[in-house]
Amino acid sequence: MEIKKTAIAGTLESSDVQIMLTQGTDGIVFDLVSDVAKQFDDAIKQTINQVLSEYGIQNVIVKVVDKGALDMVIKARTVAVVQRALDTVGEPKWEVL
Amino acid sequence: MKNKVERDIPDDILKQSKRQIFKGVDYGQPTIQRVAPKVKATTGQNKILDSIDDVVTQTIKDGMTISFHHHFREGDYVFNKVMRSIIDHGYQNITLAPSSLTNVMNDIVVEAIQKGVVTEITSSGMRGSLGDAVSHGILQKPVVFRSHGNRARAIENGEIKIDVAFLGVPNTDDMGNANGRDGVAAFGSLGYALIDAQYANTLVLITDNIKPYPNTPASIKQTQVDYIVQVDEVGNPDKIGSGATRFTKDPKELKIAKTVNDVIVNSKYFKNGFSFQTGSGGAALAVTRFLRTAMIEQGIKAAFALGGITKPTVDLLNEGLVAKVMDVQDFDKGAAESMKDNQYQQEIDASWYADPANKGAMVDKLDVAILSALEIDTQFNVNVMSGSDGIIRGAIGGHQDAATAKLTIISAPLVRGRIATIVPEVTTVITPGDSIDVIVTEVGIAINPKRQDLIDQLKDVPGLPLYTIEALQEQAAKIVGTPKPLQFTDRVVAVAEYRDGTLIDVIKQVKE
Repeated sequence: MEIKKTAIAGTLESSDVQIMLTQGTDGIVFDLVSDVAKQFDDAIKQTINQVLSEYGIQNVIVKVVDKGALDMVIKARTVAVVQRALDTVGEPKWEVL
Repeated sequence: MKNKVERDIPDDILKQSKRQIFKGVDYGQPTIQRVAPKVKATTGQNKILDSIDDVVTQTIKDGMTISFHHHFREGDYVFNKVMRSIIDHGYQNITLAPSSLTNVMNDIVVEAIQKGVVTEITSSGMRGSLGDAVSHGILQKPVVFRSHGNRARAIENGEIKIDVAFLGVPNTDDMGNANGRDGVAAFGSLGYALIDAQYANTLVLITDNIKPYPNTPASIKQTQVDYIVQVDEVGNPDKIGSGATRFTKDPKELKIAKTVNDVIVNSKYFKNGFSFQTGSGGAALAVTRFLRTAMIEQGIKAAFALGGITKPTVDLLNEGLVAKVMDVQDFDKGAAESMKDNQYQQEIDASWYADPANKGAMVDKLDVAILSALEIDTQFNVNVMSGSDGIIRGAIGGHQDAATAKLTIISAPLVRGRIATIVPEVTTVITPGDSIDVIVTEVGIAINPKRQDLIDQLKDVPGLPLYTIEALQEQAAKIVGTPKPLQFTDRVVAVAEYRDGTLIDVIKQVKE
């Protein structure tokens, strides 16, 4: 599946993460900036990938600006940005949550 | 070779530095031969020179060791003025041996290294762009980190030989009688600089305030001073120390501070005539407030407060809850100003404060020390030097020295953002777990199993949850996940000494 429009979720506050999705054609492409990239870049990507796959999204550009968010925050922001990008904000996908 | 805290100190580093590995916190009772400085006799003519350029060209030669103090902290103008002149005159192979390096000094030190002016550094610590540059291998020779007490020791026994000390002072007379208490850029205690004044072969005072002779009280004496240079300004008073000390409103810090207080007041050390040292962080200041209430309620008075002093500590002195303040530096304006008027706020030098190679330092009489940490491991070892990315961003300060107190408490949050504070193994060991007694976090405390007496005293205190350090570490890992290990090359960019001069750890260059 592909997303319908560019969407953004999250802020640049400490312990938050800002995620932007834009349409892509070349699989899931990450552009990741994180205060804790040295220790957690793979973990952050894995969490986002997990949510994307639950929504069946295969092609997307994921821009991540992470300010040391915990895993559940990253997951919540990813769910929010995906629902926005799919234009399905009114219909939460309960099985993902 | 592995040392007492299981850190592998490379053999070539031991050989080059001619140092021993760290073997334990007990200094023993060795006999030490101290060194003495050269004295160029004068009756005082020609002490005053016109400019920093004049004094630099008269005193500096290639290959010398020069020193500064960091009492002006982020408001320091002296360091930059002197280093500018040294760089512009093209001197080479200088060893920089300041009491510490603050952020305002970073850019010019990096420039001096790039130009071959500075080739060696010893300091309490470094941070920002300089810490970053050193961690990326800008210096050929490893930086040597020493605690404040250890720096005094190393100067006294000649391991650091200061050729020229450039000491900024907010006042002096024309012979060099100076103190830190008066003037626009007053900062209070001259504690760290007094060692340089006593042992440097050549002592240069830089001031913006020449007072009538004789200037008293004289912390630095005319007998020690070779040259005096007057400049427009030695420091920015707004950046030397924060004005009014902020009382934290952060609920996590308050919870930690309250818990630290509970540990202290329920320990056997909380009795009339006890002594304590706190740091300058938000939680440490809050502890002082909580302690005040407990002291009033239980009618307990302290004999002395030690170390870096803040306004809340001076308030305790003025209220009569603390009999003496033994002051090696002042963290804020309130503490600095009070030194001028209060005879019970005693200026102490770094040796008197914390040097182990001494006929008794003040830390030897210290009951309670409250210290902070970047990381603590399950062996209770503490890192205050390298950040979660492995890059140098801290200072030993008096950490190793004060940690020899009878009750050493580390106050730290369980996690900071996504970074665990309590970890299986710290990146850099600065203070050995053997001198740490209690860890206080917002979720509860852990007591070093070596201190069964403290466990007995504190295990049944209501509202003081006691965990093992391993349980706290696991709780932290559960919140943040498991980080990838940091990547370092084999090249050593800095060594950390223990306070006795042995090597407790090395810091390696970060991988790009």
